[in-house]
Amino acid sequence: MLKVAIFGATSAIAQAVARRFAGEGARLFLVARDAARLEVVAADLRARGAASVETATADLAETGGHAALVEHARLALDGLDAALIAHGTLGDQKAGEADAGAMLRELGVNFLSPASLLTHLGNLMEAQRHGSLAVIGSVAGDRGRASNYVYGSAKGGLRVFTQGLRHRLGRAGVAVTLVQPGFVDTPMTAAIPKGGPLWATPDRVAADIHRAMKTGPAILYTPWFWRYVMLIIRLLPDFVFKRLKL
Amino acid sequence: MALRDDMLSWGRAHRALHEVRRPGFAEEAPAMLGGQAPVLAYGMGRSYGDSCLNPGGTLLDMRGLDRWIAFDQEAGLIEVEAGLTLADILEQLHRVAAPGRCWFLPVTPGTKFVTVGGAIANDVHGKNHHTAGCFGHHLISFRLLRSGGTVRRCSPTENADLFAATIGGLGLTGLILSATIQLKPVPSLWMEVEDIRYRDLHAFHALTAESADWDYTVAWVDCLAGGAELGRGIFTRARHAVTDRAPPPPRLAPRLSMPMDAPGFLLNGMTVGAFNALYWRRAPERPIRRIGPYEPVFYPLDAIRGWNRLYGVAGFYQYQCVVPHAASAEAVPALLRAVAEARDASFLAVLKTLGDVRSPGMLSFPMPGVTLALDLPNRGTRTHDLLNRLDAITAGAGGRIYPAKDGRVSPGDFQRGFPNWRDFARHVDPHFSSSFWRRVSAPAGHPTRGDVAPC
Ligand SMILES: Cc1cc2nc3c(=O)[nH]c(=O)nc-3n(C[C@H](O)[C@H](O)[C@H](O)COP(=O)(O)OP(=O)(O)OC[C@H]3O[C@@H](n4cnc5c(N)ncnc54)[C@H](O)[C@@H]3O)c2cc1C
Ligand SMILES: NC(=O)c1ccc[n+]([C@@H]2O[C@H](COP(=O)([O-])OP(=O)(O)OC[C@H]3O[C@@H](n4cnc5c(N)ncnc54)[C@H](OP(=O)(O)O)[C@@H]3O)[C@@H](O)[C@H]2O)c1
Repeated sequence: MLKVAIFGATSAIAQAVARRFAGEGARLFLVARDAARLEVVAADLRARGAASVETATADLAETGGHAALVEHARLALDGLDAALIAHGTLGDQKAGEADAGAMLRELGVNFLSPASLLTHLGNLMEAQRHGSLAVIGSVAGDRGRASNYVYGSAKGGLRVFTQGLRHRLGRAGVAVTLVQPGFVDTPMTAAIPKGGPLWATPDRVAADIHRAMKTGPAILYTPWFWRYVMLIIRLLPDFVFKRLKL
Repeated sequence: MALRDDMLSWGRAHRALHEVRRPGFAEEAPAMLGGQAPVLAYGMGRSYGDSCLNPGGTLLDMRGLDRWIAFDQEAGLIEVEAGLTLADILEQLHRVAAPGRCWFLPVTPGTKFVTVGGAIANDVHGKNHHTAGCFGHHLISFRLLRSGGTVRRCSPTENADLFAATIGGLGLTGLILSATIQLKPVPSLWMEVEDIRYRDLHAFHALTAESADWDYTVAWVDCLAGGAELGRGIFTRARHAVTDRAPPPPRLAPRLSMPMDAPGFLLNGMTVGAFNALYWRRAPERPIRRIGPYEPVFYPLDAIRGWNRLYGVAGFYQYQCVVPHAASAEAVPALLRAVAEARDASFLAVLKTLGDVRSPGMLSFPMPGVTLALDLPNRGTRTHDLLNRLDAITAGAGGRIYPAKDGRVSPGDFQRGFPNWRDFARHVDPHFSSSFWRRVSAPAGHPTRGDVAPC
C-alpha cells in the first residue's frame, strides 16, 4: 500500500493522478489552500478506494509553513513513498512585465515554493533512503518566450533544481522527476481556446505521471511527443526564433 | 468569451455556436448561471438531436463535476456529482464486487458514456424497462440549482413537484448538482444471455410474452426485410447470472476508434442491406444460452469510440417513438414498411416492449407499449420527408417521440404526444432553455423547425 503526499491537490491534474493512486488502495495525504474544495476531493478519493485520505490546508506560497507540513505528512502516513508537487499559477505575463512585485510573486509560487518543498521532502526521503519525488514543471520552461517568460523562467528554474537534486539524492535511492506537460485542458488554461491534437486531458497526463512516480525518470514529457516538439524549439537559432510569435 | 462551434450532439446533424462554461467545483456553478442569454447543462452530448444544444446561449459543461460524494457499500446507495458518468460508476462497482455480493446500475441506457445528470434529464430507460421502469424510479433525491442561486433538495417527499418535473425535464428546470441513487444487488457481474433469431412480428410478441423471467429484453430488427418477414430480427434476452466466477475485467476504454468522419458513401442502401442480411443469418437458428460479460450485452456500440462519425460530415438522425399496445399491431408494421420503402435505412433498428412501471417524471418518454428506434443517415429533404411520415404514423397511433433522440419534431406532434407539457412548462426555470424546447413549445402549427437548422 503506497503512501503518497500531494501538494496542490485540488489541481485538475493532481486530482486525476490521485484517482489512480486511490484505485490502487493507496494512503493519501493531500494539501491545498481551499478547505471546502479539498474536502470534496478527499471524499471522492475515499469512495474510489483510497485506504485513507488525510488533508491539510495551507497557502503553499508561504514557505515558512513547509517544514511543519512535510512533518505532518510523514506522521499521518507513517513514512512517505512518493510525493507530487502540483500547485502553480499561470499569472498574467503583462502584469509581470509592468510590475516587478507581481513578477516576484509569480516566481514565488512557481519556483520558490516547490523548491522549498522539494528540499524538505528530499531531506526526509534521503534519511529514510527511499522515495520518489515528482514536481510539475512545464514545456514553457524549456525556452523563454515573449508571451510567458515569467512563468516559464520559474518552471525552467525547476529544471536545473531537480537535475541537481536528482544527482544528489540518487545516491540515497531517491528518484526525482520533472514532469513536463504540454497543453492540458484544465481550469488553468480555461481562457485559452482549445481543440486540436496538442491538447491533452488531465487524465491522459495523469496516466503518465502516475507511472513515472513508480519508475522515476529524470524528465517526463507528457504526452510523449512534446519531447520532440521542444527539442526542435530549443534548437531553433535565435535569429529564427525571434521572428516567431509564440 | 469566444463562442465555440465544437459542442455537438451525438447525431452531428446540428451545428451551432455556444458560450461554454465549465465548473470544476459545484460552488462555482451559481456564478456561471449569470448573463443575458439562456443557459443549459451539457453532459456527454449523447443525446442525438438538439435537446442538449442551446445556440446563441450558454452551455454548462458538467464533466468537471465528476466526483463521488459517498458510497454506502452495505446499502448500495451512492451519492455522486451530476457530471459523473455511468462508466465511472461501473468502474467502482467492479472494484468492490465480491462473490455473491455485487451492485449494479438499476437502469442503464445503451451506452455507459452518459452522465448521471443526463440520465435524469432524459429519464433514460434500458432493456429492463418492463421490470425496473426508468432511471428516475431509482432516484432517492438530487440537489437542483435554480437560476436565482438557490439550491433545492428534491425527493418524492421534498419539493416533490420539482422532483417530478426535473426527471425527464430535459435540463430545463435548473442545474442538477448531485444525486443519490439506489443501486441494485446482483448475484454477479456476469450475464446469462440468449440470442434468438425470429421470423416476423408475431414471433417477436410471442418471445416477449414468454420471456417474463428475463430482466432484460430487446430485439434488433432487419429493417430491409418486408412482406411476410416484416420485423424479423434477433431477440436478445439476458439476466444477471448466478455464478461465483471472479468478475470480468471492466473495459475502460473503447477497443477501436473512429478518428474522423467517414466518407458519405460508406453507409448506403447496399452496404446497410448487406450488413442486415448477414447479421440476421449470423445468429444461430436455435438459441444458444451463454454466460458472458455485461459490456457486449448492454453497450455493444461503446466498443468503437466515435462510431457516430461513420455517418460522415452530414451526420445522422435517430428516430425513436413509442406506440401504445392497442395500436401497435398496426403502427409498428406501418413504421417498418415506411422505412423499408425508403430503402435508405438503418443499420440499427431496435424494437422493445415497454412495461407499465410508472416513472415519477412528468415528461418521461416511456409509456406501456412498443418502442422502435432507428438510425437514419442525414440525406437532407429525403430523410426529413421520411421522418415526417414516421411522425404521422406515431401520432395517429396515439404515441410519441423520444426527445433525447429528436432534432426536428413539430410543436404539434410534440404537444399531442406529451399532453401535460403545459403543466411541466410551469416548472421550467426562466433562465434555462434549449433549441429543442424553443421549437416544441412554440404554438402548434407554427412552421418553426428550431433555431439550429439541421444541415
Ligand atoms: C449509443 C447510444 C445508446 C443509447 N441508448 C439509450 C437507451 O437505451 N435508452 C435511453 O433512454 N437513452 C438512450 N440513449 C440516449 C442517452 O441515454 C440520453 O440522451 C442521455 O440523456 C445522454 O446523457 P448525456 O450525459 O450525454 O447528456 P446530454 O446528451 O449532454 O444532455 C441530455 C439532457 O440532459 C440535460 N442535462 C445534462 N446534465 C444535466 C445536469 N447536471 N442538470 C440538468 N440537466 C442536465 C441536458 O440539458 C440535456 O437536456 C442512447 C444514446 C446513445 C448515444
Ligand atoms: N494546464 C496546462 O496546460 C499545464 C501545462 C504545463 C504545466 N502545468 C502545470 O500543472 C500544474 C497543475 O495545474 P493544472 O493544469 O492542474 O491547473 P489548476 O487546476 O488550475 O491547478 C493549479 C492549482 O494550484 C493551486 N495553487 C495555486 N496557488 C497556490 C498556493 N499559493 N497555495 C496552494 N495552492 C495553490 C490552485 O489552488 P486553488 O484550487 O485553490 O486555486 C490549483 O489547485 C501546475 O503546476 C501548472 O503550472 C499545467
